[in-house]
Amino acid sequence: MTKSELIARLAELNPHLYQRDVERIVTTIFDEIATALSRGDRVELRGFGAFSVKRRDARLGRNPRTGQSVDVSEKAVPFFKTGKLLRERLNTGK
Amino acid sequence: MAERTITRAELSEAVYQEVGLSRNESADLLELVLSEISTALAQGEPVKISSFGSFSVRSKGQRLGRNPKTGEEVPILPRKVMVFRPSQLLKNRINDGLSKTAQGRKTTT
Repeated sequence: MTKSELIARLAELNPHLYQRDVERIVTTIFDEIATALSRGDRVELRGFGAFSVKRRDARLGRNPRTGQSVDVSEKAVPFFKTGKLLRERLNTGK
Repeated sequence: MAERTITRAELSEAVYQEVGLSRNESADLLELVLSEISTALAQGEPVKISSFGSFSVRSKGQRLGRNPKTGEEVPILPRKVMVFRPSQLLKNRINDGLSKTAQGRKTTT
């Protein structure tokens, strides 16, 4: 399912809403999550999962082709931990 | 700046502010978004949200685990797990944001 398929599905379930508004709802939700993470905040959605940011220290990496060492600077990576309910649903298929 | 935890309340408030539906309906729509994504994943279908990232389901085979308390070997049954792959855009946003807050911290301390 893509973002546009998700929007189409939500619009189908909510015929009283404009497609434009459904699009804004979906965009706002993901944008809000991204903004929170870029502030370093966590986003916890019970039953679904939690987004957080993990920090990776600077390290000395290697170019696998040439074997030359390269500096990899400190960085932050987004991380998602699946919620209990969703984890169960994945395994029951319901 | 202390690290905060954002929940459904803040997300549905943002939808309310941005779209102008009632607070109740904003909360319902957020719930529907999460449940539609969950249903697709439960059926094994990957979900791709452009400029944010993608969620997919991976099957894991059986392996032998160990009870850390008793040292007893126990089989871990085959199961499905979900993986989130953030988009390059999201990774960039997070790194840009954090380097700014890190600088902010330096000047205030």
